[in-house]
Parts: sequence; structure tokens; C-alpha cells
Amino acid sequence: MLNNIFLLLRQELTLSVLIFLLLFIKLGRERSNSSILNFVNSALLINLTIGLVLSAKGELFSGMFSTNTLMILEKNILNLAVLIISMQSYVWLKNHNQVIEFYLLILTSLLGMFFLISSGNLLIFYLGLEMSTIPLAAAANFDLLKRKSSEAAMKLILSSAFSSGILLMGISFLYGTSGTLTFSILTAHIGNNPLQIFAFILLVSGFAFKISAVPFHLWTADVYEGAPIAVTAFLSVISKAAVLFTFVSILYKVFQPIASTWYLILMILAVVTILIGNLFAIRQDNFKRFLAFSSIAQVGFILIGISGSSIAGSASLIYFILIYVFSNLAAFGVVSVVSALTGKENIADFKGFYKTNPLLSWVLTIALFSLAGVPPTAGFFGKLFLMMSGAAKGNYGIITFAALNMVISFYYYLRVVKAIFMEENETPIEKLSIPILSKIAMYICVAGILVTGLASVVYDYIYSLSFGL
Amino acid sequence: MNLSLLILVPLITALAILFAKGLQQIRVIGLVGAITQLGLAIWLLKLYMGEKATGNKAAHLFESNYTWFTTLHINYHIGIDGISLAMILLTAVIVVAGILVSWTMDKLSKEYFFLLVLLSMGAYGFFISLDLFTLFFFLEVAVIPKFLLIGIWGSGNKTNSAMKLALMLMAGSALVFVGLMGIYYNTNTFDIVKITQMGISVGVQMFFFPFAFVGFGIFAALFPFHTWVPDGHASAPTAASMFLAGISMKLGGYGCLRIAALMPEAANAYSWIIITLATIAIIYGAFATMMQTDLKYINAYSSISHCGFVILGIGMMNKTSVNGAVIQMVSHGLMTALFFAAIGMIYSRTHTRQVAQLGGILKVMPFISTVFVIAGLCSLGLPGFSGFVAEMTVFMGSWQNPTGAYRLATILSGASIVVTAVYILRATGKTIMGPISNEHALLADATWNEKLAAGLLITGILIIGLAPFLINQLIMPTTNILMSPITKAITLK
Repeated sequence: MLNNIFLLLRQELTLSVLIFLLLFIKLGRERSNSSILNFVNSALLINLTIGLVLSAKGELFSGMFSTNTLMILEKNILNLAVLIISMQSYVWLKNHNQVIEFYLLILTSLLGMFFLISSGNLLIFYLGLEMSTIPLAAAANFDLLKRKSSEAAMKLILSSAFSSGILLMGISFLYGTSGTLTFSILTAHIGNNPLQIFAFILLVSGFAFKISAVPFHLWTADVYEGAPIAVTAFLSVISKAAVLFTFVSILYKVFQPIASTWYLILMILAVVTILIGNLFAIRQDNFKRFLAFSSIAQVGFILIGISGSSIAGSASLIYFILIYVFSNLAAFGVVSVVSALTGKENIADFKGFYKTNPLLSWVLTIALFSLAGVPPTAGFFGKLFLMMSGAAKGNYGIITFAALNMVISFYYYLRVVKAIFMEENETPIEKLSIPILSKIAMYICVAGILVTGLASVVYDYIYSLSFGL
Repeated sequence: MNLSLLILVPLITALAILFAKGLQQIRVIGLVGAITQLGLAIWLLKLYMGEKATGNKAAHLFESNYTWFTTLHINYHIGIDGISLAMILLTAVIVVAGILVSWTMDKLSKEYFFLLVLLSMGAYGFFISLDLFTLFFFLEVAVIPKFLLIGIWGSGNKTNSAMKLALMLMAGSALVFVGLMGIYYNTNTFDIVKITQMGISVGVQMFFFPFAFVGFGIFAALFPFHTWVPDGHASAPTAASMFLAGISMKLGGYGCLRIAALMPEAANAYSWIIITLATIAIIYGAFATMMQTDLKYINAYSSISHCGFVILGIGMMNKTSVNGAVIQMVSHGLMTALFFAAIGMIYSRTHTRQVAQLGGILKVMPFISTVFVIAGLCSLGLPGFSGFVAEMTVFMGSWQNPTGAYRLATILSGASIVVTAVYILRATGKTIMGPISNEHALLADATWNEKLAAGLLITGILIIGLAPFLINQLIMPTTNILMSPITKAITLK
């Protein structure tokens, strides 16, 4: 039993140990920021490695917690993303007074996500979700002297409390109609019972809040703009990824009996999400708001992929998230370095960026091309495979819609590329010296963007682990 | 021969350019890579003709097939037939010429040559693909370099032109993608060879043919989706204009041809629409050209007209007309590349492309003027040059269609040649004849690299023009194979 706990829970345990260590370091004598940062980054690297070494499959606590190779992979993706974000925020955190608190918050949130992914019961699912959200609201407030930052935190906590309320209501209806909270038993009780459909809609709304699908996206742009970039990156990549992983597994496993109902709901959500995300992204001037709306549009594509409800559906979701981690974090990495060193965050500030910072420009360009889905970057494969699995049900209308929306999204990504390469600026961003950790993080992202797509092994591996209806 | 070499050589060239230092190294690497590629292409031609001479009747030669994404049935399947070989040769020639004319490009030269080579890599990959996914992949690889080339090194309203071009081409590929999805989910494969054997049911064809054909049509300046052509070509730097007109528009024509061969019944059913649009493009392009005063716009609009012949040939759907369409693609590629090269040479010296401001340059630049005249004469279809052979073949093929409306389309398209003659002769006359303005009186003639580039392109034009049987030998067997399902589809009806 004990062995089993150590094996199955090892990612969660490592993370908990790390959190406690940080607490003790905080209690001890004052240390310099850079030594703390070096320690945390190496610890996160070890954390990632521990997740990579062994695969295991099993259940704990009478089915409350379950894990398998796929979930371990999902957690590894999140671990990797946290490591990258941590390396990228080096510049910002080096001069921050509360470094350890920042890590405590985001690592606790990550721990919550791990339990969320591994949940086998609606209770632990809810606990995981809350544990992952509440620390983030505090982290969003981490630019302590900026009013926008605390506004962002307020908006995040209010909207997530609201969405949790809706989610809880859905859960309680489900419990009322089926008498159980365990996923594996729940499936047998799901039918086209109106109250259950209603419960399901509430549940989906709760999820839609977390992944900021339209019409539940209103908090996104403000929070992304106000929060420090590291937290924005965390919110837009990691927290979305964790919720999406859970969403697809709950849809495919628990709500499998009403697949035809949720197929329709997903379609409607996908269409409005892509459209609104795209149309609003066109008009943004602030880079973080821009990435917020572009990430809303990306979620729309993900929903299309999930709606295919085949093995290819969940495989393409996980594959896309992996790519999304690399591409979005590469973009956020550049923006965070620029913002930390110059305080500039608007797209217009990036005019003429190539003349002074060619390396950063290329990283940003490759990232944006990957987000837009241009070959040979991985984003091309990711988006195409999502659309392919969406088309598997013969729904060509939505594929046409999505394909044409890719063109719209192409416009606003190119707008940034245009600013970087082709436009003149009287006060361009001066040549920045990039700290080595940020540089490594960027190289990892770019390598990921170039390799994940062309090397089919990655997709085939994910496919071999995935599940479908 | 392993065809992957055709992708590897540009790839290695591009990487080497990234690590090179200084303009001299970069351009030498670029040129060496391009010449190697041209050598490969010629060697491939020799091997191909050798195989054919021994009686190899296979549709595709030098095939290799590797699994790429197992679970999605995506293969990296490559092979060539006569048509793709003709396109590869065309691309190789234009790349060498393009690199030669950009010899003195000193603004961000590393990025410039890198993008040129990347664009050519996309084209090579596209022409050798026998898997629709791979084909689509390479089609899109070639889009982004165009955007950057025009936007960074272009002239005039360059960012808008670049944006317009990129968005329209992306919209084209989005439509192609929908078409491919339709094919994929009804045949469960992307493999062109397998799909040809299996056939696609007529209902599916009728639904998805328009998507795929219009998608590729946007690349080939199909009316009314031609609007990216004039601005894109006019704003692009010389080599990029040559690549755009010479290579990139051919991706569209080639794609249209492949799609028509994959979905013969639908192509036949929609042929009247295709022919109507092509005829409009031919006539509209010709008249629009007459109104232009900028040399690059003249050539760009005439490209719309000339590419109309490609679409017309494909739409007429018989062996001769399709043959003509392929020859027209090659001929137009060489001819516009030559034209753009000549315009670029004139512009780099006089700093104007306005016909009204030029004149009498024959006196100071005899070589460039001669090149200009040759390109013009080829464009208006003078016998002896490739343009004549190509357009003649298209007309002969079109005339084989006995229906009255088709005859009318053929006559109207044929009549456009008169308009072509008007604008070409006018532009040529005003540019190179007459009195020369004082500020242009001391300009120098072409340098060695420009002479070499022009010479290479002219050689290609003359080979096709004087010995059309050579290219016919290459592509005729392939068109026969390609058209047999279409002919069957027409006769069944």
C-alpha cells in the first residue's frame, strides 16, 4: 500500500515536499533572490524529471484518486510549462520582494490541478478545481503596487467563485438524480433525464468559465491585462490545460451516454468562441489582451477537436495543448522580458523591434506563426488535427467555418509580425540583454515548436495513450 | 534517385545561409545551392527520360513512401511524373535566376536569401508530393516567405500588399483544406495514387470539388480572386516577383490540375463555370493591363490574363488543352520571370517604373532592352518563343470542344492576343525607343550576374519555342495517363 502511494502519488508528493521546503526557507534567514530562484528552478527541473521516469497505473483511496500513463503525461506537460514560466519570470522576480510567496501560490495551484486531473470522484474534482483557482487569484495581485493588478485579482476571484457556484449546483443535481459522486458509477445513471441535462449544462458552464469559452469569457481580458505576465501565462496556458484535460475525460467517460446532446452544445460554444475571440483579438492594442483573445479563439478550435469524440479527438487535444504550451509560452516569454526590462506592453511598442532585437523577434514570430497554424511549426499540425477529428463526424460546415476563421486569426497574428519587421518606430525598444535562464526557456519553446509537429512520434505516442467514445 | 534530395538541398542551403557571414558568403552559398539543385533537376530529367525510353509505363517514377502519422494515415509519399518534372525544372531555373538578380541585395541579406530558398523548398516539396497532406503542408510552407519578402524588402504600399497576398492565399489554402477533408473522410486516405485507383463517389466530388479547385484557383489568380496578384507582384522585390509569378502561381495551376484529375466527374460538370471564369480573366486581364502605367503592374495584370489560359486549358478537359495548360505554366513562368528581371534591372538604375518617365534606354542599356523586348515578344505570343507554343496548344485543345459556347470562349480568348500585342508593343516602344532623358543618359548596362540570369531564362524560352517536341515528349505521356479517367467520365456521360 505504502509503496503504491509513493509510486502513484509521486508527482503530487514531490510537489508537496517542494512547497514545504519553500515554507521552511521562508521561515529561515534572509536569502538573496537569485539564490532562491536558482534553487526553485533546479527543484522544478527535478520535479519534472521525477514525473518522466516511471509510468504507473492504478487507483488510490477507493477510486477517489486514479492515475495512468496518460495522466502522468498530462501532469508532465504542466510541470514543463511551470518550469518554463519560472525561468522566463527570472527578470521580473529578481527584483520582487515576495519571491517565495509567489512560488508557494503557483505551486499550490499546480498541486490542485494534479488532483483535478487524477480525480475519480466529483468531490475530489471540486476540491482540486478550487485548490487550483484560489491561489491564482492571490497571485494575480502580485504586482503589489499596481492597481490594475488588484483589480484583476478581484475580478478573477469573483468570477471563479461564481463559476464554482454554478458547478456545485450542477454537481448537486447530478448527485440528486444518481445518488453517487464516483465517476465510474455515475456513468450508468446518466440518461436523457431533463434534470440531468440541466445539471450537465451547469457543469459545462462551470468548465466554460475556467477555459474562458464565449459567453463565459468576460473576465479573461481584464484579468490577463492586469495580472503580472507570469501569472497571465500561467492562467492562459497551465490552468486552461488542466481544466481541458479534465473536461475531455469527464465528457468522454462520464457523459458518454448523452454524447449527442453535448456534441451540439460543444458545437455552439465552439462557433461563438472562435468568432468572438477572433473579432475581439483584431482590435486589441495591449499585447496581453491580444494574447487573451487569441487564446479564447484557440479554445474554440479545441472544442471543435473534442467534439469529434474519437480517440483522435482526445489525442489531438492533448497534442495541441502540448504545442500550445510551447507556442504561447514563447510569446509570453518575449513579452515578459520586454515588459520587465522596459515596461512596454503594447503591440505598437514592438514596431521596429527586429532592428534592435533580432533574436527575440524571431522567437516571437515563430511563436505567433505556430499560434496561427503555419507550417512548418507545430501549430499547423495541432490545429489541423483538431479540425480533422472535428470533421470525422461529417460536420463539414463547422470545418469550413473554422478554416475560414483561421484566416481571420492569421490577420491579427500577421499584424504583430508586420509591426516587428516592417514598421518604423522613432523610439524603438533598445537592445535588451536577456538573462540566460530566459534564453534557455525560449530555446526550449522554439525547439518544441519546431520538433513537436514534424516528429510524428509525439503524436503517435499521445494517440497510443488516448481514449475515445 | 531519392527525390527527398530535392527538399534536402534547399534545406541545407537555407541552414548554411543562416550560419554564413557577410553578403559574399551568403550569396555564394545561395547560388551554389541553387545550381546544385538545377543540376539535380537536369539529372533527374535524364534519368526520367531514360526510364521512359525503356518502356516504363508507370504513372509515377522514383516513388518513395514513408509513414508519417500512422494513426491518421498520413504518409510522406513522393514521386514524379512528367508534369511535376517540368515544374521542378522551371522552379530550379527561376531560383538560379532569382538569386543571380539579387546579387547586390545588401539590406538584411541573410534573411532575404534564407526566405528565397525556403520558398523554393516549399515549391519543390509541393511538386513531388503524392500525398495530399504533404502537398498541403508544402503549399502553406511557401506562403509565409512571400509575406515577409514583400513586406520587408518591397516597395510602394508594401505592407498592405503583403497582407493582402498572405490573407488571400491563406483563404485559398483554407478552402483547399476543406476540400481535402472531404476527400479524406470519404476515401480514408490522403494518397493521390490510391484515391485515383479507388475513385471518389460523384456526390462527394460535386460537393468538394469547388472548395479544392477554387482554393488552388486563388493561388493561380482565378477570376474573381485575382486581386492579390497586381499589388503583390508590384510591391515585391525583383527576385520575389519572379518567384511569385514564376513559381508560386504555378502551385495553384498544378493543384487545380491534380484536383481535376482526382475528381473528373465534378470537373466535367463544373467545366462551364471554370471556362467562363477563365475567359473573363483572360479578357479582363488584358484590358486592365492596357490601363496600367507602371511596368510591374503591366506585367502583373498580364499575368492574370496569361494564367487565365492555364485555367482555360484545364477547364477544357482534353489531352491537347491540358498539355497546353502545362506548357503555358512553364512558358509563363520563364517569361514573367524574365520580364520582372528586366524591369528590376531598369528600376535599379532609373529608380522609376513609370512608362511615361522612361524612354530611349536602348541607347544606354542595349542588353537590358533586348531582354525586355524578348520578354515582351514572348508574352504576346510571337512564334519562335515559348508563349506561342503554349497558347497555340491551348487554343487547339479548346477548339476540339464542339459545343458552341466553348467555341465562343476560345474565340474570345484568342482575340485577347490582339489586346496583348497592343499593350506590350506600346510599353516596349515607349520604354526603350524615343529620346532619352538627360538623367538616364549615363546609366550602365547589365552586369555579369544579370546577363547570366537573363541568358538562363531566355535559353528556357527558346528551347520550348524552337523545339516544342522536347517538352511535349516529357509531359505528353503523363497527360495521357492523367486525362484517361476524365475522358472516360466524359464519354460515359
